[in-house]
Amino acid sequence: MTGEPAQVVVIPCSGIGKTYGSVAREAAYALCDDLRPGGTRLVALAKLVLGEEAARERVRTCPVVTIDGCKLMCASKLVTHSGGQVAHEVAVLEVYRRHKELKPEGIEELNEGGLALARVLAEEVAEVVDEIRRTRTAPGGIRA
Amino acid sequence: MLSVLQPKVGIVSCSGEELAQGTVARLATLEVLHELRPTHTVTICLPLFLAGGEGDREFARHHPTITIDGCDLRCAARGTEMYSGMPAASLVVDELVAAAGLAPPEGRRALNEAGRQAVKVVAERLAQLVDEVLDRRQHPPPAASPATSGGETDPPTCPCRSGRGPVR
Repeated sequence: MTGEPAQVVVIPCSGIGKTYGSVAREAAYALCDDLRPGGTRLVALAKLVLGEEAARERVRTCPVVTIDGCKLMCASKLVTHSGGQVAHEVAVLEVYRRHKELKPEGIEELNEGGLALARVLAEEVAEVVDEIRRTRTAPGGIRA
Repeated sequence: MLSVLQPKVGIVSCSGEELAQGTVARLATLEVLHELRPTHTVTICLPLFLAGGEGDREFARHHPTITIDGCDLRCAARGTEMYSGMPAASLVVDELVAAAGLAPPEGRRALNEAGRQAVKVVAERLAQLVDEVLDRRQHPPPAASPATSGGETDPPTCPCRSGRGPVR
């Protein structure tokens, strides 16, 4: 007998002033809305940190993937600070270093490079999400 | 590094990714920052602020801040109060949208027409507040006169409730 696969919480860094923050957010939307809508749940970082109980509970009981814009890794740090366990963390900058042809520009609206970079990042994280869901079950369930 | 020498207002936006109202808050902030009041505003990155970014917190301790939240959880306002002091003014998108008689915005990833209208309304009110806050700073009134139009919560006041307005 196996339990239901765990839902994976996805938390982008929320940075609003820089392009990499916009890429992080767009990647989170691509992951949660397009690629893995059934197995992921987007949670806003500020809500989590400022103590919304439902958000904190979700982060404490579900595997969490963080997508940060820069090396400061605010989302990852704040999830840990809130009592959650980061199952996977990724920084946009790190993915960009592997895909230099996808140069992101723009903040309010990303250019084509930025959108493509977000998509590549989302696809990479989607594979990680699949792996996490294969090996973990929902709270109270039995590990597969 | 944020300058502490120029008369600037820090805008702290909730950026809530879960709701269209968060997208309105974020885009209105950027509109003010880049188009409407570029020389008098900076944006404070809320996650960095919450994670302990000392530059951002230091700025918010010495400059007036305006917070803009998507919903009544008021994460940006509460975070600012918690880590730097009372904001000079606070806006909530939901309340401004209702006061302007607009339909609720939809589309957290790509706003619908109502959402785009909301961005304009919120940005204009935000820019107006920037002017008011800077004017108050240059010409402090004998007693605080709280802002009153729709969408604002918790009129600016000092932590001791003496009525003299935020100490900046």
